[in-house]
Amino acid sequence: MDFGPFLLLALMEGTVMAAVLALTAVGLSLVFGVMRVVNVAHGEFFMLGAVIAWFVTHYMPGPPAVGFAAALVICPLLVGGVAALSDTLILKRLNYDPEATIVATIGLSYIFQQAALTFYGPDARPVEAPFDLRIQLPWFGYSGYKIAVVVAAIVILLAVWLLMTRTRAGLIMRATQLDRTTARAFGINVDRVYAAVFALGAGLAAVAAVLIVPIQQAHYLMGHDPLLLSFIVVIIGGLGSLRGTLLAALVIGLSDGVISVFFSPTLAKILATLLVAMVLVFRPQGLFGVKQ
Amino acid sequence: MTRALALHLGVIAALFAAQYLLPSYHQTNIARIMVLAVFAMGYNIAFGYTGLLSLGHALFFAAGLYATGLGIELAGLSAAPALLLGLIAGGAIAAATGVLALRTSGVSFMIVTLMFAQTGYLTILYFGTYTRGDEGIVINRAARAIGSLDLSADTPRYFAALTLFAIALLINLMLTRSRLGRSMIAMRENEQRSRMLGYNPFRVKLIALVISGLYAGAAGAAYGVLFGYVGASFATIQYSILPLLYVLLGGAGTTLGPFLGALIMFYLIDISSGYTTAHLFVVGAALLVLVLFAPKGILGTLRERAVKWLP
Repeated sequence: MDFGPFLLLALMEGTVMAAVLALTAVGLSLVFGVMRVVNVAHGEFFMLGAVIAWFVTHYMPGPPAVGFAAALVICPLLVGGVAALSDTLILKRLNYDPEATIVATIGLSYIFQQAALTFYGPDARPVEAPFDLRIQLPWFGYSGYKIAVVVAAIVILLAVWLLMTRTRAGLIMRATQLDRTTARAFGINVDRVYAAVFALGAGLAAVAAVLIVPIQQAHYLMGHDPLLLSFIVVIIGGLGSLRGTLLAALVIGLSDGVISVFFSPTLAKILATLLVAMVLVFRPQGLFGVKQ
Repeated sequence: MTRALALHLGVIAALFAAQYLLPSYHQTNIARIMVLAVFAMGYNIAFGYTGLLSLGHALFFAAGLYATGLGIELAGLSAAPALLLGLIAGGAIAAATGVLALRTSGVSFMIVTLMFAQTGYLTILYFGTYTRGDEGIVINRAARAIGSLDLSADTPRYFAALTLFAIALLINLMLTRSRLGRSMIAMRENEQRSRMLGYNPFRVKLIALVISGLYAGAAGAAYGVLFGYVGASFATIQYSILPLLYVLLGGAGTTLGPFLGALIMFYLIDISSGYTTAHLFVVGAALLVLVLFAPKGILGTLRERAVKWLP
């Protein structure tokens, strides 16, 4: 293949990667923004979404599209429920002390991994795509499903944006983010808002996982990379800033796609992690954030 | 002789006696626990005393492990200079990490250290031609000896681990009694006020992190020579969490806490693996229970309730 089409392919792969990454990272960013909680178990919520998707599509009768549609609804609800429960039973009791919550979410991530290993097993298993469509470009054929993933991610992100900016629930979340004491004084049930935001963040990770699982197989250790990449995106974009997160997801997803195609993926990861460490050291507000 | 010193010497004496009382299987376990306890003591100096919650100590452990392992396998060093190289590598990497990471604090510090450790892990994988990545290197038996002392045999290995442990423990005790140790605790308790009193927080924290790195490097170096295996799995996030877990369990900011935590956690996993394969669950549940119900750990709680003089 010539250089031009090769670059186009790399960019397209990068876009799919960026779309899924944006969903996952927005979940992490939302939780950090509203609750000031660094959720180390976020990658495990992603993994749980993928594993549950396998169970749903495996046991659902009928054509694969029906099972997949069911998984798209069931996975975020279940994972969100688990997250809300973890929040009320554990994080709330720690008063969201930053260091204690990190230790607790590390503990949670081990428990989720073990749960997946015990009930799902150590194998990586594929989930069938809901439809099989191949779009023929002049130079190469491309999976229609991957393009559908990008569209779906954009629709969901738009919905999140509308939720945060145009609805009463979003207003309450933003109020809690700005000042939780004043929000409480105005009769907002901050505990419930926190549980809901934690569930929403986890649910977004789960949706991202359901979308990716026909492309990447479900495995109990698959949460590692999304967690690291989401951290990178959220930090580069500026902690807690949704717009910055989206922009950073696009930059990181595309550059990761391109660098991985032309260079070693390990080298790409080394450079990205170092970059994040340096951003936090020298520009803690993020590359796109503004100093508070 | 103070009560505290007597207690520490008593623990060392008990471990010395254990060599003659324990069957071989537990001897190897205790040797491993003592080396891991040195790692945890180093972690405790940063986290327990100075208040620096790092998620990247695996980097310092791996620095010691790889400096020693590659020193023996690639550069053909003998064990003694290789161990020294490991010690220095741990301290040097900690100093380099500290100079950058200590510009941040709190959650940012945790993430920066985590990212540096991840970079270290990926670098080990990237240079797979030399490090053999995940597969790791087995250090040849002939090189694992100091003079005529074969450190791969049970008894010399136990005494080597005990010597390292005893030195590390007594230095740790001395440190807590020194001016430096007290200024480290001052950083943990109130950085603003200690700055006002004329201390330089960056300097104190950097010294604490370097000492912590020297401990981790020494532990990594000893682990390589005593157990003969150097692998990338020791550089993963799990090995940053492990000392945190030991310290939280035994009691942060206590000299004997890291050893007690390592001992209990090691045997908890060892015994539970007789009944279940769910090791991850045991570790996860232990972290949750500790952080929820006993944030001060065993010796921390004991010190608060009964034994006030416990260092």
